[in-house]
Amino acid sequence: MTTEPSRAIEFAARSPWLQPHRLVLMAIAAILVVCAATFMRWDWLPNYYGLALQGLWRTIWILVVTCALGFMLAIPLGLAQVTGPWWLSAPARAFCTVIRGTPLLLQIFLLYYGLGSLFPQYPWIRESELWPYLRQAWPYAVLALTLSFAAYEGEVMRGAFAGVPKGQLEAARAFGMPRFTAFRRIWLPQAIQRALPTLTGETVLQLKATPLVAAITVVDIYAVASRVRQDTFIIYEPLLLLAVIYMAITGVIIFLFKRLEARIPTRLG
Amino acid sequence: MPNLVGRIAMEALLSPLLQVSTMDLLALSPPGWGGNLLRGLMNSVYIAAGAYALGLLIGTGGAYGKLYGGPVVRDLLEGYTTLVRAVPELVLILLIYFAGADLINRLLEALGYTRIDINGLTAGIVVLGFVQGAYATEVLRGAILAVPQGQLEAARAYGMPPLLMLRRITLPAMLPYAIPGLANLWLIATKDTALLAIVGFSELTQETRQAAGATKAYFTFYLAAGALYLALTLVSNVIIARVERWSRRGMPSIGGPA
Repeated sequence: MTTEPSRAIEFAARSPWLQPHRLVLMAIAAILVVCAATFMRWDWLPNYYGLALQGLWRTIWILVVTCALGFMLAIPLGLAQVTGPWWLSAPARAFCTVIRGTPLLLQIFLLYYGLGSLFPQYPWIRESELWPYLRQAWPYAVLALTLSFAAYEGEVMRGAFAGVPKGQLEAARAFGMPRFTAFRRIWLPQAIQRALPTLTGETVLQLKATPLVAAITVVDIYAVASRVRQDTFIIYEPLLLLAVIYMAITGVIIFLFKRLEARIPTRLG
Repeated sequence: MPNLVGRIAMEALLSPLLQVSTMDLLALSPPGWGGNLLRGLMNSVYIAAGAYALGLLIGTGGAYGKLYGGPVVRDLLEGYTTLVRAVPELVLILLIYFAGADLINRLLEALGYTRIDINGLTAGIVVLGFVQGAYATEVLRGAILAVPQGQLEAARAYGMPPLLMLRRITLPAMLPYAIPGLANLWLIATKDTALLAIVGFSELTQETRQAAGATKAYFTFYLAAGALYLALTLVSNVIIARVERWSRRGMPSIGGPA
């Protein structure tokens, strides 16, 4: 017959969180958090509350839009490298190499300052309806982040497309399936399934790339923290809060992708 | 005729790019900015190499701690790798840059010394090395696990001291498994040096920004810097391929004749 304490110990042994040393570590972490909350300066927080929410929204918005657009661009990039004729596969490979071989910050500067200084010299661009947007910074940020995500993810999709068993495609062709239908129904879904675990990591990397847009005056959550630092000369508190916010977003991304992965049926042999 | 029209259109399109001769702008001696760019590239390579070496040291220690350390060491290292990999490098760089300099100066003052200015090069190496260490820990941990464990057990059975075993058995045996991940880390290190431009350190991106701002030839300089970074990556790739072949020496290749 088991008594209460022994069952508790058994439960603790099974639960990874309730081991004694973890409890001590968690207590120390909690004390650190409480100390940070009480002894550090947080009085600036109410003043920047609205701005911070706006920045957070902009960060998430940029992340979602660039990931979605970049992924759509990555599919033809991967496909061109796997099956395309040389005049499609060579540029696709060159694009991926160039984007992956240079820092994103430099690409952002090139697009923003380079294109941004080139456009105003052409009257027909200045008179076009797009001009009000081209004068702002965010279209260049979105373009740079999209291209970057497309290049990294294009490389992943190349591997994923190449990794789909050939028999699957041959079976589709044997059924008399048109090429595009076979792509839509057989090749693409299986490739995405293969790329999904990597896609989680790439999305987190993309989140970590978003603060770079602050370098070209897009006010995301990172830029808000920088502004707090410049306005109030408080250094650590905004940065620590920023780190916590990014960790929270990372957690949400990983949770969402786990849900997505769980929805796709897999058979473990 | 269409040829002429085409050329005029081409010149109209390119004219903003050709205001000053590109070669003059990129000349190595002072009226040109090429020397500054190359100096920036050198700084970038220094920082990347230093940070990479530091990251490898931290990574080796971290991997050993995660595999063989006690439960507390393991949990602390797990916290380190999770934290560093979830927070943007830019935020970490600012945090360590400010906090590190502040802590050292407070320590020096407490010990009765005068404050020092942290050298940008050192700060960059330490900051990026700390970030690289987290990734290197994971790469090396996986690589050590990929080594047939019997080899390590045999070394221990012979009574080999831990450091000798690390040098003679573990490191050489895990290298082929670690090289692809470590190669990626090196390429990330070279590109992450660009982030130090944000804290004003004069590496390649910062030098480029100054040159472009001073001459207004944005395209020329950013493209030139991009070419330099790309050259660094491509040269690295060639060297990495050599190192990988060397690390695999004596191993039978799976994919047909090598």
